[in-house]
Amino acid sequence: MITNRITSSEKQLTKEDFISDQMVKWCPGCGAHAILKAVENVFPEIGYKKENFMFVSGIGCSSRFPYYVDTYGIHGIHGRAAAIATGVKLSNPGLSVWIATGDGDSMAIGGNHFIHIIRRNLDVNIILFNNQIYGLTKGQYSPTTPIGSITKTSPHGTVEHPFVTAGLVMGAQGTFFARVIDTNIKMMTEVMFEAAKHDGTSVIEILQNCIIFADKTHADITDKEIRDDHQLHLKHGEPMLYGKNKEKGIQLKGTKLQGVVVGLNGVEMEDILIHDQYEKNPGFHRMLGKMGPPDLPVALGVIRSAEFSTYDDMVEVQIESAREQSNIKCADDLLNSGETFEIK
Amino acid sequence: MNKQAPIKEKESVVIKFVGDSGDGMQLAGTLFSDTSAVLGNDLFTFPDYPAEIRAPHNTLAGVSGFQVQIGSEKIFSSGDLCDVLVVMNPASLKTNIKWVRPGGTIIIDGDSFNEKALGKSGYQTNPLTDGSLDVYKVIQAPITTVTRDSLADMNISARAADRSRNMFALGIVTFLFSQGLETTYKFLESKFADKPDILEINKVVLTAGHNFADTIEAVDSAFKVPEAKLKKGRYRNISGNVATAWGLIAAAERSGRPLFLGSYPITPATEILMEITKNKNLGIKVFQAEDEIAGICSAIGASYTGSLAVTTTSGPGLSLKSEAIGLAVITELPLVIVNVQRAGPSTGMPTKSEQSDLLQALWGRNGECPVIVMAASTPASCFYFAYEAAKISIEHMTPVILLTDGYLGNGSELFRIPRVSDLPEIIPPLAKANDENYKPYKRDPETLVRQWALPGTEGLRHRVGGLEKTDIHGVVSTDPLNHQMMVQIREAKVKKVADRIPLQKIEGENSGDLLVVSWGGTEGSIRTAIREMQKKGKKIGHAHFNHIMPLPKNTIEILSSYRKVVVCELNNGQFAKYLRSEIPEIKYLQYNKIQGLPFFTGELIEIFNQLIENQQS
Ligand code: SF4
Repeated sequence: MITNRITSSEKQLTKEDFISDQMVKWCPGCGAHAILKAVENVFPEIGYKKENFMFVSGIGCSSRFPYYVDTYGIHGIHGRAAAIATGVKLSNPGLSVWIATGDGDSMAIGGNHFIHIIRRNLDVNIILFNNQIYGLTKGQYSPTTPIGSITKTSPHGTVEHPFVTAGLVMGAQGTFFARVIDTNIKMMTEVMFEAAKHDGTSVIEILQNCIIFADKTHADITDKEIRDDHQLHLKHGEPMLYGKNKEKGIQLKGTKLQGVVVGLNGVEMEDILIHDQYEKNPGFHRMLGKMGPPDLPVALGVIRSAEFSTYDDMVEVQIESAREQSNIKCADDLLNSGETFEIK
Repeated sequence: MNKQAPIKEKESVVIKFVGDSGDGMQLAGTLFSDTSAVLGNDLFTFPDYPAEIRAPHNTLAGVSGFQVQIGSEKIFSSGDLCDVLVVMNPASLKTNIKWVRPGGTIIIDGDSFNEKALGKSGYQTNPLTDGSLDVYKVIQAPITTVTRDSLADMNISARAADRSRNMFALGIVTFLFSQGLETTYKFLESKFADKPDILEINKVVLTAGHNFADTIEAVDSAFKVPEAKLKKGRYRNISGNVATAWGLIAAAERSGRPLFLGSYPITPATEILMEITKNKNLGIKVFQAEDEIAGICSAIGASYTGSLAVTTTSGPGLSLKSEAIGLAVITELPLVIVNVQRAGPSTGMPTKSEQSDLLQALWGRNGECPVIVMAASTPASCFYFAYEAAKISIEHMTPVILLTDGYLGNGSELFRIPRVSDLPEIIPPLAKANDENYKPYKRDPETLVRQWALPGTEGLRHRVGGLEKTDIHGVVSTDPLNHQMMVQIREAKVKKVADRIPLQKIEGENSGDLLVVSWGGTEGSIRTAIREMQKKGKKIGHAHFNHIMPLPKNTIEILSSYRKVVVCELNNGQFAKYLRSEIPEIKYLQYNKIQGLPFFTGELIEIFNQLIENQQS
């Protein structure tokens, strides 16, 4: 259970408390189903009153999410979930605000709001379904589609350099970034709990499979044969080890990260980096966020969770101090302030 | 040589201060207005400044002005032609001479009319000597030199001294209007309370200007505008933008809903954002967003969460907000959108006023997307219309677009300060916790208003969104008949607001030769023209609209009672188009002006007389 200014539930809630009466309309086999399961798992664990959860979304397959969880919710317009959520959280800081968004919704049409909500560090949790494609409009390339991909709007292959979500988030001064795969419900649940605990904008990038329009787009990370070598599961305070028998690790060589084998070429356990998700300096977190095949595994789990003041807290503090300092206590005082004069 | 100038009493006087952008004309104008107000005059001001912050020195582009009309009767506008023009450089004379009444007084800093400055403003010959100003009364003073001289003891640079030339000019004007210096001193003292050096400089120069005018023979007569007979009460001078901000603040307090403003800076609406931000001490949440869209979307989020949510903007910003307004319409959430109109299209003329966003406010969205549209009339009325916009929006769970304009927003007039408890009650239709009968789109059968269920409240969890929903239950639906019904319900809900707004009034007889129809920020200039004509016995009436969507219920009766109807607007005929579609039975004549300027009383009287005399049209 998380304790902070959001009121907790008096009784232990269960998953059933959050299941909505709406029919879930994602395609069978879509990665989004697992994300919904993870949310239903984690909300009772977080322990807030069920009326204090709120979902906000934009447009796209991901953004149908609010209809499928029984919380307060707004299904907004394309790209604007972050902006809508900003009003929600500022207006009532006692709500636990969750944004469901996709790669197109947050990084193409909503790119501006995405970077600014992160920069301000508003205390909300963003679940970013990254399937590297526009699903709801049936298969056009998105800002995270790998260069060269053939899609409905790139029959000759895309000629755009994609965003690496982690790089964008941390470039925008993100304080929390985690990455998970849609098939790993346990890790998703853990990471969502961490995100809820974090004060500030938490971005959870979920590598989601769109079975219809970009099936296996994350295969070079998720395939059974290669996944042990291509996934690094980060844990705070633990060495960054990966590989089938955790025989490989990440080492800093000069200014670069390198994948090494412990015990080979004189590499010892002490040489392997220890993960510190709370480090304020984003340098290492950025490097971890950018790692990927073929040379390095993809970092999964909480990459960054650094403590900085949040926008909503600062707004509240400013209002309180303005209240204390001003003699203007109500609208009548305001109307009569400054230069006024009486006509008799 | 202390010669007492004879004093002429006048009912009203228009005065304009013009100079280079850095010459402090806004300050001089504001001080003169505030002083006149305290001395009992009614007034109406309008600052006229360039879009550039500092255009090149002494050029026509850099001319900044401040116009004020003061009077001993109710003043409705900042006036047409100036009785007094204060000119700080040749460029300001060049751009403003056309606004001076023949025989009017022009106070000029003669020192500034040097060859270089004349050249920059495009004068071939010096107007001070070539006879072109013969029809005016020119008071030429070496303002720059005397200002520097008066500060000789204070050991400051010529540059610093020149910055207070505006006070010298103001000193001359206060003398010309038989105003003592005490009131102006007081304003200076409160303005420069933390800058004693600047205060001293300003006072010395102001006094020097006043004494100079008292001494020279050029001032052969002074004016006096007697006190206006205003209704008893406490007053202040207020601009339309500040009045809008305060109206919203008052509405928040009265409705018990916290105020949330999501906005992005844009001329000429920014001042509302600045004014509301100043008042965080009242618990107001202000979000300066990353763009116009985020401004309105944050407001929609705040509205769902229970705030009196507002977004403020000007024309181009309203275009950007269109899609989000649709979201507020379909989710049936309260939201006040203030559009301080400016001349368009596109960036247009940002600092010039126009009424050309009316059709955008009414129809500028995808789908069948009705909103309530209202317009304020005068700077002080912005307070009441902002208040009413908030009241209607909350009580009817529908977005309201409030149109003001740059002329109202930046202009100011006297405002009789009301008591907030005397303003009409605002009752938010809040849903009760654990109400088992709560349904997101269940409606009050009479008003069709749904309830406002705030996140955090027990037992009311529900979702809203941009997808069409079933009535009552609010479930996503593409059912054909449901969609038609929902479109009609949203339309009917807005139309039903007509039951709650005041009936349209007519100024003048209830029937006659000519009915002048107008809306929004033109009320003052048109009213002045109508009053003058009525005094001369013309059978002319004036219907000035503030409620546009829906129109007041008696609109058709009013329009049918006159032989001719002319719709006057500062656009190409948008309200006329709207009236033709709503009330096609009437023949509408039009008078349109699209120059970024207000109507002038003189031009209106001429047009109205022609319309009355010409039997054919
Ligand atoms: S189109 Fe793709 S992302 Fe959308 S629901 Fe189907 S599988 Fe999921």
